[in-house]
Amino acid sequence: MDPRLVTAVIVVVGVPAVLVGYIWLTELGLRLFGQRLRPRIRPWLWLAPALAFLAVFLVYPTIGTFVRSLHNKAGTEFVGIENFAWFFGNASSLIALRNSLIWLVVLTAITVGIGLLIALLVDRVRYETVAKSVIFVPLAISMVAASVIWTFMYDWRTPPEPQVGTLNSVLGSAGIAPVAWVQQSGWAFNTILLVVVMAWMWTGFCMVILSAALKGINPELLEAARVDGASERQVFRGITLPLLAPTIAVVTTTMIITALKAFDVVFVMTSGNYDTQVVAYQMIKQLYDFGQPGRASAIAVILLLAIIPVMALNIRRFRAQEAIR
Amino acid sequence: MTTVTAATQARAERDRLPGFVRRLPLHLFILFLIVVWLVPTIGLLVNSFRPPEALTQSGWWTAFFSPSQFTLDNYAHVLAQSNISEGFVNSLFISIPATVIPIMVAAFAAYAFAWMEFPGRNLLFIAVVGLLVVPLQSTFIPILQLYGPNGFGIAGSFLAVWLAHTGYGLPFAVFLLRNFMGDLPREVFESAAIDGASPVTAFFRLALPMTVPAIAALAIFQFLFVWNDLLVALIYLGAQNPDNAPLTIAVSNLVSSLGGGWQYLAAAAFVTMAVPLAVFLGLQRYFVRGIVGGSVKG
Repeated sequence: MDPRLVTAVIVVVGVPAVLVGYIWLTELGLRLFGQRLRPRIRPWLWLAPALAFLAVFLVYPTIGTFVRSLHNKAGTEFVGIENFAWFFGNASSLIALRNSLIWLVVLTAITVGIGLLIALLVDRVRYETVAKSVIFVPLAISMVAASVIWTFMYDWRTPPEPQVGTLNSVLGSAGIAPVAWVQQSGWAFNTILLVVVMAWMWTGFCMVILSAALKGINPELLEAARVDGASERQVFRGITLPLLAPTIAVVTTTMIITALKAFDVVFVMTSGNYDTQVVAYQMIKQLYDFGQPGRASAIAVILLLAIIPVMALNIRRFRAQEAIR
Repeated sequence: MTTVTAATQARAERDRLPGFVRRLPLHLFILFLIVVWLVPTIGLLVNSFRPPEALTQSGWWTAFFSPSQFTLDNYAHVLAQSNISEGFVNSLFISIPATVIPIMVAAFAAYAFAWMEFPGRNLLFIAVVGLLVVPLQSTFIPILQLYGPNGFGIAGSFLAVWLAHTGYGLPFAVFLLRNFMGDLPREVFESAAIDGASPVTAFFRLALPMTVPAIAALAIFQFLFVWNDLLVALIYLGAQNPDNAPLTIAVSNLVSSLGGGWQYLAAAAFVTMAVPLAVFLGLQRYFVRGIVGGSVKG
């Protein structure tokens, strides 16, 4: 028998057993403490495995990132805020900042908006699973393959070469001249086209999570409202939407962060040309192409700081959630 | 009063229409969205059956007018690679534990964040979620040093990737589960406590079963991310131990070693997509209405 198969079975059965055993043991261990101490110690024992993983894989490297962001290229000399000053004093960074803001707003609006709409609509039809699978499929396609297919969608050839791109061929059959889609930087048109690629992939993500929340709503609640004569719109506004609000906040926060971190689509489709660069791509370029770990770290720190307002809104929401439950 | 009557009348009027006609706009709209979403996928699917010359010279839809150009060569080539089946098995070995471990660890933490009182709870939670924004690229070098011969010495092993994916997946997992668990009604836990149930019992008997749809959604995504991950596998596995390389590494070797090879990429995309799609369909049955409602009543 394949020794790896044995390992896999041990892991799949063993690790959950160990984790469940851990929680049981902590409960036994807590008996050593007095009644009043127990509730104070217990949360930390439940959090310990997660915090340990996070400390090693995310917090510890991030501390290093902070330190590097304040040092020069070789990491030998402390340079204060020089790397940050470089970023904000750089014309292409400003375009990247503008584009990242467009990504944040447009990607979040499309994915959460359409994801919610689909979750709500397919809930009422029998072919729900089929419809949801279709929307989910793009997420299962790798990022590179997705970028390749959208390169075919947006493809443009100098006339009179035949247009093999899907969109230009549609235009052509309507008698409209072909458009060089991803080269149109006016009004950030091409950036929005790149966002569409990402939105095509991630709408399924929002849909699945919102759908899970929708299924958690007690059907008797909705039925009661309908029996009392509430219209479908009233049921939606008065019951469904408020109950979905926490989940909408979760997917919105996640999509904002996804938008800030997005760089693959830009990398594959335009390499940041035609004014399509974004902040996360600037970071990757500084790190790998220009060998500037200090500057790359500074950009990573800027991304970290950029989400503080979003997190503050989340705190307010938790307080509200706890007040009403 | 009159508006209510009017509304009721309008509804009665509407109800008289046969159900299908009344719901026709709904069906048409869903159909429209499905078609919009399918067009790029179908383009990729059609291209995966076309020879490379045709791919760059004519649009994918032209293939329908000359079906003779369809070929299975791309799939045959992808599947004939000796490391593809190996990569498939490795991908399963990587993905399953890397899905199970973070979900369990996150569920404990989410329950503590949602239902246990301790100082600094919200701030700590926000810090955990804030870690979502950490670019994974900035963690590779420090973690590789930890994994290397001077550290734990596990670089290149499956354990290295399982642990890394657990760490990287936790912020979102904790975020999602804490939200669903936090929404459960307080009375359930209070009456359980009065009945003498310990937090462990409340967690396994109440909180977990009531968050099944959320756990299913999370499992779908964690599996998907790990299955489609190239970067983490390349850094912690690929360079050190090619024997453990997952499908994504095998596919990327196939594409780049041939310079371009878009037609293989399209075929490989559909080969690799099959498993996440099966996971999605398999977990669909946990998206059932009323799991929470039923438990609250009981």
